[in-house]
Amino acid sequence: MDNHSEPARDPLVDGAEADERRSAAARLFDIRRVIGGLFAVYGIVVTLMGVFDSQAEIDKAEGVRINLWAGLAMLAFGLLMLFWQWVRPAEPPAAEQDGVIGQPDDTGSAYPEGS
Amino acid sequence: MDGGGLRLDLNALDYVLLGLYFVTVLGVGFAARRAIRTSVDFFLSGRSLPAWVTGLAFVSANLGALEIIGMAANGAQYGVMTVHYYWIGAVPAMVFLGIVMMPFYYGSKVRSVPEYLRLRFNRPTHLLNAISFAVAQVLIAGVNLYALALVMQALLGWPLWVAIIVGAAIVLAYITIGGLSGAIYNEVLQFFVILAGLIPVTVIGLVKVGGVSGLMDAVRDSKLGEAGLHAWQDTGTTANPLGAHWLGIVFGLGFVLSFGYWTTNFAEVQRALSAKNMSAARRTPIIAAYPKLLIPVVTVIPGLIALVTVKGLGAPSGDLQYNNAIPLLMRDLLPNGVLGVAVTGLLASFMAGMAANVSGFNTVFTYDIWQAYVRRDRPDDYYLRIGRYATIAAVVIGIGTAFIAAGFSNIMNYIQALFSLFNAPLFATFIIGMFWKRMSALAGFWSLLLGTLAALATYLLYKSGMIHFNSDLEESFWGAGIAFVTVAVVAAILTPLTAPKRGEDLRGLVYGTGGIDLKAGVLAGDAAWYRSPVLLGVIALALAVVLYIPVF
Repeated sequence: MDNHSEPARDPLVDGAEADERRSAAARLFDIRRVIGGLFAVYGIVVTLMGVFDSQAEIDKAEGVRINLWAGLAMLAFGLLMLFWQWVRPAEPPAAEQDGVIGQPDDTGSAYPEGS
Repeated sequence: MDGGGLRLDLNALDYVLLGLYFVTVLGVGFAARRAIRTSVDFFLSGRSLPAWVTGLAFVSANLGALEIIGMAANGAQYGVMTVHYYWIGAVPAMVFLGIVMMPFYYGSKVRSVPEYLRLRFNRPTHLLNAISFAVAQVLIAGVNLYALALVMQALLGWPLWVAIIVGAAIVLAYITIGGLSGAIYNEVLQFFVILAGLIPVTVIGLVKVGGVSGLMDAVRDSKLGEAGLHAWQDTGTTANPLGAHWLGIVFGLGFVLSFGYWTTNFAEVQRALSAKNMSAARRTPIIAAYPKLLIPVVTVIPGLIALVTVKGLGAPSGDLQYNNAIPLLMRDLLPNGVLGVAVTGLLASFMAGMAANVSGFNTVFTYDIWQAYVRRDRPDDYYLRIGRYATIAAVVIGIGTAFIAAGFSNIMNYIQALFSLFNAPLFATFIIGMFWKRMSALAGFWSLLLGTLAALATYLLYKSGMIHFNSDLEESFWGAGIAFVTVAVVAAILTPLTAPKRGEDLRGLVYGTGGIDLKAGVLAGDAAWYRSPVLLGVIALALAVVLYIPVF
């Protein structure tokens, strides 16, 4: 594909593009913290329920201590999300511009580069 | 059967888990508010999100009522053939959207799918699509809301109107306040909560039936029989559980229906448009394809488990309908604790579906109807305000539709089926317009209009008994196919008779006209080979093929 020419212009689309420069999107918080937090709390609550499960509840789940296992799994997942955020924290928008190829005025996002 | 109906025995701690989720959802909405300064922040998250977030939101926007409840029901009714809805009926279209179509959507900087039609063709085509999309979204939001309320009523014993208003109020709050970021962030959260709810049901269900081999033996003895375990067997005729010929599956479901839904439905595409750069936008639907490949494990398999463990499942009405497969398993197998998580996951899935409709609607209403045709050239703050009003209006109309649906649930199903048919002519118009430079603006309008009317006519003739098809599914394959052909024929006839668009007006919108920068805004890390959209897409397609190979 020919990459040298500019795409077709349209006033409404251009207007929106101009607005993007004053975007506040860089202030968006990191969703990993919310997912991690919710699952850690879910994990703790459900694990505790699993520890104190009565025989009737274990029998209902075909003899599987499902609360215990599901609780521990959710706790592990929640902590993993928090850990991911801790090792690769959201970069401040200003620092991101170094990594941008081509568009120096691109606003950064609240995430480390890539997916 | 204990005759206790579908009512689940939730205790205080289950309600704590549910309540925590609702509080978190609202908190996400409020926290997203500070990132909104412009209308682009509100409608497209300021085009700032990373690919894994938009990708999970993309798959979550589709994990609504139809998906969880409906696919488990299909699993119980049609057996393993239900996987066609995922592996051939979704993954190829998602990969195609990412690799082939996204450069045109994202590269042209359009803010919505209808807006692409305005630039590629003309304003009448745009208005036609914007209005039909907007109407469809509010009506479908109402249907989703009604489905949500029905489940809350059946499972928790809440009165229908309380359930409708609580569900609507929560969705309204987090989208009005947090905009698309609120919706997308909650969709990502919902994705994980839905899985956390469905995995325990699947695991315990499998333990109960003696693992995968035990399940297969039990299915052989069920009313589905051996045929329930095969995806392609007997598809040379229509004598299989789905009643579908392989041609219908491959071309009807796999091509026209699924490409129509996944590639032109703005409620989906909007998630990719909010990605932070071209690479992330292209990876959005492809990243979504990976979870999509595996979701049948937690929908189709529980459906089969319900078939063999719940006696009498498949009744035409009452508690033992196929649609109740998953709620019945939850009632029978889950102790308090995971039960609370599972109910939360189910409610999350309903809210995800409705939120996707509402956030798609407010964007199209504001940008494509209000700004383009009613009030142009106002300051950006004005459109941001209109977007919030449109959200409120959508939810209020949705509540109204939900109450209508409560009275005429069959009619609402028809309406939903009807709108899904509109996708086929839209996709045909898009795909021809994207690859055939010469296609004129006038041809675009008439192709879309006549294609839609052809789909509508097929549907109405079938419903009134004038034409016969073996099943609703077969009708939808044929209706979509007829619409597609109509669009192509109209475009081929009208284009030579009408004036072409100027080449420079099509730049970045049509294949071969240039103007697309596949590396736009790319960060250093995006160049890594494992982040290549083409490579990721090819792997997803290969997995879809591999999964069809029977291993047992």
